[in-house]
Amino acid sequence: MVLTGAEIVIRCLQEEKVEYVFGYPGGAVLFIYDALFQQEQVRHVLVRHEQAAVHAADGFARSTDKVGVALVTSGPGATNAVTGIATAFCDSIPMVIISGQVPTAAIGQDAFQEVDTVGITRPCVKHNFLVKDVADIAPTIKKAFYLAKTGRPGPVLVDIPKDVTAQKTEFSYPEAVEMRSYSPVVKGHQGQIKKAIRLLKEAKRPMIYTGGGVVLSDAADALTRLVRKLGMPVTNTLMGLGGYPATDPQYLGMPGMHGTYEANMSMHFSDVLLAIGARFDDRVIGDPNHFAQEPRKIIHIDIDPASISKRVKVDVPIVGDVKDVLEEMIRQLDSTEEKGDDEALATWWKQIDEWRRRDCMKFKNSDEIIKPQFVIQKLCEVTGGDAFITSDVGQHQMWAAQYYKFDKPRRWLNSGGLGTMGVGLPYAMGAQLAHPGSPVACVTGEASIQMNIQELSTCKQFRLPIKICNLNNRYLGMVRQWQELFHGGRYSESYMDSLPDFAKLAESYGHVGIQVKNPSDVEGALREAFSRKNDLVFLDFLVDQTENVYPMVQGGKGLTEMILSAEDL
Amino acid sequence: MRHVIALLIENESGALSRVSGLFSARGYNIESLTVAPTEDPSLSRMTIVTTGSDDIIEQITKQLNKLVDVVKVVDLSEAAHIERELMLIKVRATGKDREEMKRMADIFRGRIIDATESSYVIELTGNQTKLDSFIGAIDGSLILETVRSGITGIGRSDRILKL
Repeated sequence: MVLTGAEIVIRCLQEEKVEYVFGYPGGAVLFIYDALFQQEQVRHVLVRHEQAAVHAADGFARSTDKVGVALVTSGPGATNAVTGIATAFCDSIPMVIISGQVPTAAIGQDAFQEVDTVGITRPCVKHNFLVKDVADIAPTIKKAFYLAKTGRPGPVLVDIPKDVTAQKTEFSYPEAVEMRSYSPVVKGHQGQIKKAIRLLKEAKRPMIYTGGGVVLSDAADALTRLVRKLGMPVTNTLMGLGGYPATDPQYLGMPGMHGTYEANMSMHFSDVLLAIGARFDDRVIGDPNHFAQEPRKIIHIDIDPASISKRVKVDVPIVGDVKDVLEEMIRQLDSTEEKGDDEALATWWKQIDEWRRRDCMKFKNSDEIIKPQFVIQKLCEVTGGDAFITSDVGQHQMWAAQYYKFDKPRRWLNSGGLGTMGVGLPYAMGAQLAHPGSPVACVTGEASIQMNIQELSTCKQFRLPIKICNLNNRYLGMVRQWQELFHGGRYSESYMDSLPDFAKLAESYGHVGIQVKNPSDVEGALREAFSRKNDLVFLDFLVDQTENVYPMVQGGKGLTEMILSAEDL
Repeated sequence: MRHVIALLIENESGALSRVSGLFSARGYNIESLTVAPTEDPSLSRMTIVTTGSDDIIEQITKQLNKLVDVVKVVDLSEAAHIERELMLIKVRATGKDREEMKRMADIFRGRIIDATESSYVIELTGNQTKLDSFIGAIDGSLILETVRSGITGIGRSDRILKL
């Protein structure tokens, strides 16, 4: 069948079973939009800014196991998308971004709306392509989806010049992908897995440290079975929340900069550390030299060999898909006769329980002023801990991560690697479209929400009943916290003046807006919001302006050098 | 430590910038980089000379392997290998210097590939030290222009980098 390049693009998306494309039209993609108009299978979500298109596609991918798809025009469309692409890249989210390019003959001529998109995005994509021949569109898109979802996932960009979308060729979608230079290892090395099991069996103070890789490889179930079988303590990083049920007694909370005391102490003083789909980020282990002071054997499972021994030396590297490796570990555990050191493990648990008794997550609640932690606790209660929670970046993000108990994977969507303010609302849009009947809440702050607040308009158009929980402290809270602790209280530009009345703003878009000032109204407002199944409700919580996120490991310090509360200062 | 890394990469536009971009983005050092197609027109071969600790070199090879265009990577300096660099050097060659320059070129097994009344262009190949020694051995004030290719390398005996 002879089709135009634009029609081929859409046919490829249909072949990939794409349900939603998030995008924004423009000159260079007009043929593609025309082809989109003439079919019904692939639905297009018109955002109000390209950054939000990519974030929404990203949120869609994070909340499902599918590839997110965004479509943007050339020049400014593509550059607006870059923040979204970099965000997805940092967190290894599978996405395909299709960008329009000026006609082939105009490339390199400084044409209107021309930018070297492949050049600009090269450092923040898994791979990218410029398609110069209409015959290459289908094979390239096939490759793009394959690259995006296999191995260590990531965003892949396909840049297509306008004239190429107008040319015609015979369409056939390739069945398989052949790339001699790309063959990710999936199966973990048997011998290495055996070694890992022996180490775990010999361990006296074992600790299991898991990250986003568990969620991405859909290995939460395998992880839970393994951890329970081993009887060992486990922690999920910010990206791994929900990878192990937060309400389970073997769970120690999140590690790292704002992690729990017990998780950090256990990480530091373990004698065998099993790292699964986690990459020893500076926000997790703090100063690597301090971390290396305590001798411990490290087993590291990761699909990306380059993540192994990058920041800390690893004793047993296992390259492979997390789920695959965990299943194999369980199989080997079931058949081994070797006994673990139960006595040592019991002593270790005793020590951990002692650390737990510090109760590092306690906070002083108030009857007079709303404490942000209290809002999250209530949000967790009201939603039964089962909502899709997106967050932006800042104090509210940490409180959401600390006080919402995630028992399932893919319920927690946030920008862990890049720390992008403005992702919360578009993530919620993607998650809500992917899960139309489920509660979706965006935990945000007055600064973050304003980075993509125009998307309230998209939410109206597509009737997305998202609940926005704005923890409004009239400050760039995390910036203010650091300025308070490390810059002598000089609040340079962290104060947000001239804030809108968010409730009225939401109303002006046709949504429901509720401002909450009193702690006694928090629960009622949340219940009201979640009972409105068809409305977007913007809850503007006026919270304590001085509240800080604790516990805390200061940047560059070691995991055990924690500030547990304001009294510790 | 100095390392010579050889790699095979898809002969596609942008492949070189993916490699050079990787080095600049991650703060790795490139001492020299040479690239040309191989007998298989779909493949280019690169030789990168870089320095770094064992950990850094491990990261460099892992990160290079991660690039989708990169087909194979080897660290030639891990075992016996041959390095060559090409130098074209234009020198002043008049009076007694003319005979002297010819002698020096012969000693270093260079070839004079262009001669005018007042100058020679000498072609020299060898490893870096040999070319450096040549520059050191002749009178520096006579050098008019120096062009060096950067290093290419190949493993000895049955160490073969091929698909």
